[in-house]
Amino acid sequence: MDNILTLMIFIPVFGAAVILCLPRGNDNLVRWTAVAATVPPLLMAIWLYFNFDRSVPGFQFLQRAQWIPGFNIQYIVGVDGVSITMVLLTALLSFICIFASWGIEKAVKGYFALFLLLDAGMMGVFVALDFFLFFVFWEVMLLPMYFLIGIWGGPRREYAAIKFFLYTLFGSALMLISILALFFNTTDPATGQHTFDMLVMMNQDNHSEWLRTGVIFGQSVPLVIWMALFIGFAIKIPAFPFHTWLPDAHVEAPTAISVILAGVLLKMGTYGILRINFAMLPEATATLAFWCLAAVGVVNIVYGALCAMAQTDLKKLVAYSSVSHMGYVMLGMASFTQQGINGAVLQMFNHGTVTAMLFLLVGVVYDRAHHRNINGFGGLATVMPVYTGMVAVAFFAALGLPGLSAFISEALVLLGSWQQNPGLTMIAALAVILSAGYMLWALQRIWLGPLNEKYSDIEEINRRELFTLIPLAALVIFLGVYPTAVLDLMGASLNNLNSVVAKFL
Amino acid sequence: MDLGPVESFGFFVPELILGVAVIALIVADLVVRRKDLLGMAALATVAVSLIAVVATLPDKGDAYLFNRMIVHDQFSLFFKIVFSLATFATVWMSLDSREVQRVSQGEYYALLLASTLGMYFMATATNLLMAYLALEFVSLTSYVLTGTIRHNRRSGEASLKYLIYGGVASGTMIYGMSWIFGLTGSMDYAGINTALAAGQEDSLALFVAVVLTLAGFGYKIAAVPFHMWAPDVYTGAPIPITAFLSVGSKAAGFALLLRFFFPALSKLGDGGQWQVIGGVEWPQIILVLSVVSMTVGNLAALQQDNIKRLLAYSSVAHAGYMLMGLVVLSDEGLRSVLFYIMVYYLMNIGAFAIVMLVANSTGREDFASFRGLAWRGGAVPAVAMAIFLFSLAGIPPLAGFVGKFYLFAAIIRSEFYALALIGALNSVVSLYYYARIVRTMFLDQPQGDEGVVSLDWSTGGLVAALTVGTVVFGVYWIPVINLADRSVRFFLG
Repeated sequence: MDNILTLMIFIPVFGAAVILCLPRGNDNLVRWTAVAATVPPLLMAIWLYFNFDRSVPGFQFLQRAQWIPGFNIQYIVGVDGVSITMVLLTALLSFICIFASWGIEKAVKGYFALFLLLDAGMMGVFVALDFFLFFVFWEVMLLPMYFLIGIWGGPRREYAAIKFFLYTLFGSALMLISILALFFNTTDPATGQHTFDMLVMMNQDNHSEWLRTGVIFGQSVPLVIWMALFIGFAIKIPAFPFHTWLPDAHVEAPTAISVILAGVLLKMGTYGILRINFAMLPEATATLAFWCLAAVGVVNIVYGALCAMAQTDLKKLVAYSSVSHMGYVMLGMASFTQQGINGAVLQMFNHGTVTAMLFLLVGVVYDRAHHRNINGFGGLATVMPVYTGMVAVAFFAALGLPGLSAFISEALVLLGSWQQNPGLTMIAALAVILSAGYMLWALQRIWLGPLNEKYSDIEEINRRELFTLIPLAALVIFLGVYPTAVLDLMGASLNNLNSVVAKFL
Repeated sequence: MDLGPVESFGFFVPELILGVAVIALIVADLVVRRKDLLGMAALATVAVSLIAVVATLPDKGDAYLFNRMIVHDQFSLFFKIVFSLATFATVWMSLDSREVQRVSQGEYYALLLASTLGMYFMATATNLLMAYLALEFVSLTSYVLTGTIRHNRRSGEASLKYLIYGGVASGTMIYGMSWIFGLTGSMDYAGINTALAAGQEDSLALFVAVVLTLAGFGYKIAAVPFHMWAPDVYTGAPIPITAFLSVGSKAAGFALLLRFFFPALSKLGDGGQWQVIGGVEWPQIILVLSVVSMTVGNLAALQQDNIKRLLAYSSVAHAGYMLMGLVVLSDEGLRSVLFYIMVYYLMNIGAFAIVMLVANSTGREDFASFRGLAWRGGAVPAVAMAIFLFSLAGIPPLAGFVGKFYLFAAIIRSEFYALALIGALNSVVSLYYYARIVRTMFLDQPQGDEGVVSLDWSTGGLVAALTVGTVVFGVYWIPVINLADRSVRFFLG
C-alpha cells in the first residue's frame, strides 16, 4: 500500500474524467459515478486510520518519484500526525458532500467533475511534501472553486467567486516568491543541490547563512519570509483583517461547497502554518507567534462572534462563527504547549465536522423556505422535530457544550494557552459566552417559540439529508466523549513539532 | 566557421523554401482558379520549412553565413521553430477565418510567408545593417497584412497608425545604430563586442546609442513606452494577423533584442553569467521597461471592452514579464525567456483562435459576443478559452504558470526580490481581467441576441492541439525546457 496516498488523490481525478465522458442527460449516472469516485478514498482513509503508527513522529506512507529532475522538483507524498486528521476529514466530507449535492440540477456533469477535481486538490495539499507540488495543489483548488461558486452559487455569486479567487491568488503570489527564496537557500546534503523537498527544508542545518541571518528590505530574512508565507495562509484561515472574502464566498456558495469551504479549505491555512512556518522557520515562529497568531486569533474569536451576533442571515451567522472558531486554532498553535497545539489541531478537525453540520442544516431549511432570514421563521421544532434534534446537536457542539467534540478542543486550547498568554486567554474564554449567545439566540428565533403559520406544512428532513448528517453527528458525540481516538493520531508529531519551536522561546 | 556566399546555402534551406514559396504563390495567384488551394499550399510550405529547421537541430556546428551577415546557431534555430509554428497556426486560422476569406488570397499568404522569412532573418542577423533590414522587412509586410481587409475603416486606420509608429521607431533605431557604428567602427556584432571590450568608448554616447536602438526593439515587442500602436493595430487587423503579430512579431523582436544585448553588448563569463561591457548598465533600463510594461499593460487591460484590445494590453504585460528574464544577465534567465515564448505561443494563439471562432459566427469581438458562451452550444470553446486565459494568468497546472515560475526562479536566484514581487502582484491583477472573460462565458446567461457559436473540425483541431499543449506542458514540461536549455547558445565566433 505504498501508493495509497497517490490513489487517494488521483481516483477523484479519474472519476472526473469518467464523468466528462458520460452521455448527456443521465444525471443520476453522473451522481453515482461521483459517489464511486469518493468511496475508495474514504475507505482508504479508514484503512489509514487503523494502520497509522501512532508512535512515530515522522512521515509515514511516504512515496517519492522524480518529476522534473532538471529543477529538482519531486513528487513526494506522505502523512504525519498533523496531516492524517485532515486527510480523514477531507475524505469524509467529500463523500458526504456528493450526497449533499444531489439536488443540483444545472449542468450536473460539470458540477460533479469540478467537485472531484476540488477533492483531489484538497487531498493533495494535505499530503504533498514537495513544496512545488504543494503549491500546485494549493492553486489547483482555486479553479474548481471559482466555477463552483460562480456558476452554482447564490445571487451575488459572481462577486463572491472572483473575490475569493483574487484574495487567495494574492496570498499565493507571496507564497510563490517565498517558496523560491527557500528553494535557493536550502541545500540537500545528500545531493549538494537545492531542493523543494519539505523534509530537507525542515532541517535548519540545510538552510543557507542568508536565510538564517540575512537582511532584506531592512528586515531580518526569516521574519520577512515568515510573514509572506503567513499572509498567504492567513487569507485562507481567514485571519482578521483578511477575512472579508469569507462571508461572501460562504453565503453565495451552494450548500455542499460551503461545507467544503468551511470544513476543509479554511484548515489549509492553519495546516500550512504548522507544516511550513512552524517546521521550516521555527525561530521566526517563536518571535512572531504572539502578535500574528495569538493576538490575531483572539481578535478573530471576539470579532467573529460579534459579527455573527449581528447577522440576520443564518448562513452568514454560521460563516462568521467559522471566523470565530478558527481563532481558537490560531490561539492554540501560538501557545507552544502540548495541550495548546494538540487542542488546535483537534479543533481543526472538530470545527470541520461541526461547521459541516451547520451548513448542511442551513441548506435543509433553505431548500424548503428559499430564504435564510433568522427572523422570518419561528417554532420550526413543532413541525420538524427530527431536524431540530440535529440542529440542537450541531448548535450545542458549536457553542462548546461539554460532552460534544468542540468543547474538548476549545478547552485544551484555553488550557494550553493560559500557560503562555494568560491575558489573551481570558478574553478568549469570555468570548465563549458570546458564542453561546449568538447560537442560542438564533436557535430560539428559528426553532423555538410559537410556530410561524407560513411554515406549518414545511416538509420534515428527508432520508438523504439525514444520511449526510448522521455520520457527522455521531462523530461529534463520539469525539466529545472519547477525543483520544483523534488525539492519539497526532500526539507524537505535534509534540515533536512543538519542541522544535519551543526551544527558541 | 565563417562561410562565404556559396557554402552558406547548405544552412539556408528553410529560408530558401519560404523564399521560393513566396514567389510561387504570387505566380500561382495569377493562374490558379481555386484560390483556397493557395492557403493549403502556404500551410504545406510552412510545415516543410519547419521540418527543414528541425532537421538541422542535431548539432552540425555553428557558423557565420554570407560573410558574417547572419548566423546559424542553436539560438536562431529555436526562434525559427517558434516563427514556423506561429505562421503555421496563423495560416490554419486564416483558412477558417471569415475575415480573411474576403481578401485576395495569393497576396495575403505570400505576404505572410514573406513576413516569416523576415523573422528568420531577425533571429539570425549578426550585423546592424542586416538586423535593421530584417526588422523593416517584417514591419512593411505587417503594415500591409494589418490593412489587408479593404474598405474597412478600422483595418485601414490600424495599418496607417502602425506605419507611422513603425516609421518613427525604426528611424530612431537606425539613428542609434549609426551612433554605435560611429563609436565602435563596426557593424558586425562580434566587432562591436571587441571594440567595447577594449573600453575606449564614451559611455554617455554609448548610453544614448543604446536607448535610441532600444526604441526599435521595444516597438517590435510592444513594451511600454513603445506600445501605443498595439491596441489599435491588434483591434483593427484581421484576427489571424493579430495572433501572428502578438506571438510571431513579439518573438522576433525578442530574438533581435537578445542577440543585440547579449552577444554584442555583453561578455559571457563563468557559469552562464554575463557581464556588461562598455559601461552602459542596460539591464537597469530593461528592468524599468519590464516593470512599466507589465504594470501599464495590466492596468490598461482592466478597462477594455473589446477582447482583442484586452489581449493587446495583456500582450504588453507579457512583454514585461519576459523582459524580467533579461535583467539578471544569466543563461538561466535567457532560458526562462525562451521557455516563456514557447508557452506564450500556445496560450496566446489559442486565445485568439477562440476569439476568431466567436467572431466568425457573431461578427463581433466584444464582451457581449462571449456572453454565456458555455450555455449556447459553445461549451468546448468556452472551456478551451478558460484554459488559455488561466494559463495566461499563470495558474497551475497550466503551462503559463511554469513559464512564470522559471522567470521568477531566475530573478530570485539573482536576488531581485522586489522585481519578483512586482511581477507576482501583476499576475494577480491580470487574473481579474482574464477572469472577466471567463465570467462572461460561464457565469453570465445568454440573452438570446449573441448568435450560435459552433466548433468546426478544422478550428477544433487547432484549438485541441493548443489546449493539449497548454495542459500537458503545465504538468510535464521537460521537452520544452530541454529545448530552451540547449537553445541558449549564441555563436560567438
